[in-house]
Amino acid sequence: MHPSHFFAVLLFALFASTVFGITMRDTPPKMFRYGAYCFVLFVGSVIVFSWVMFFITR
Amino acid sequence: MATTPNKPAAANKSSQGFVYLPLIAGWLVPGAGHFLLGKWIRGLLIAVSIIAMFALGLAMQGKLYTSAQDILDMLGVAGDLGSGLLYFLSRAAGWGGTPVQTTVADYGTKFIVVAGLLNIITAVDAHNLRTGRKSS
Repeated sequence: MHPSHFFAVLLFALFASTVFGITMRDTPPKMFRYGAYCFVLFVGSVIVFSWVMFFITR
Repeated sequence: MATTPNKPAAANKSSQGFVYLPLIAGWLVPGAGHFLLGKWIRGLLIAVSIIAMFALGLAMQGKLYTSAQDILDMLGVAGDLGSGLLYFLSRAAGWGGTPVQTTVADYGTKFIVVAGLLNIITAVDAHNLRTGRKSS
């Protein structure tokens, strides 16, 4: 299996966020919100740091 | 006349049986600790997430750490061991690429290690639910 790097990031973020949401909060609505928050932070930070590295190498 | 004070229902429940069973079961089989506590949906989501992450790591030709040559290998073994039976079964079956030769394979190795670390978090969560440290 050879996913693209970004697709691998999406999979990683999805699974890790699911576990973080379930284990770090008490009620299902809070779990969902925290999981979504973690997912956005994972993917968002990857996009930001990717652009930072792109400009560093130029 | 001395009477025994009534304990709360949660305290009575938490003192019954082997307290560490959800912790051990959750470590050996992802989600099993939550299943034992009747948290079916949480257990299912945890099992799917961790097993999928571990399987995707293997599918990407990720490396299973088998021996600790240096400190990084030692940490890798500790992370992999967190997956419990998944790790032992995979080692017995000879799955996982040994030398990491591609970037995707390196990602696969990280997927396997992180699956183990996440499984430890879920097992501790099941233990906290069992002891009452986490309310629900």
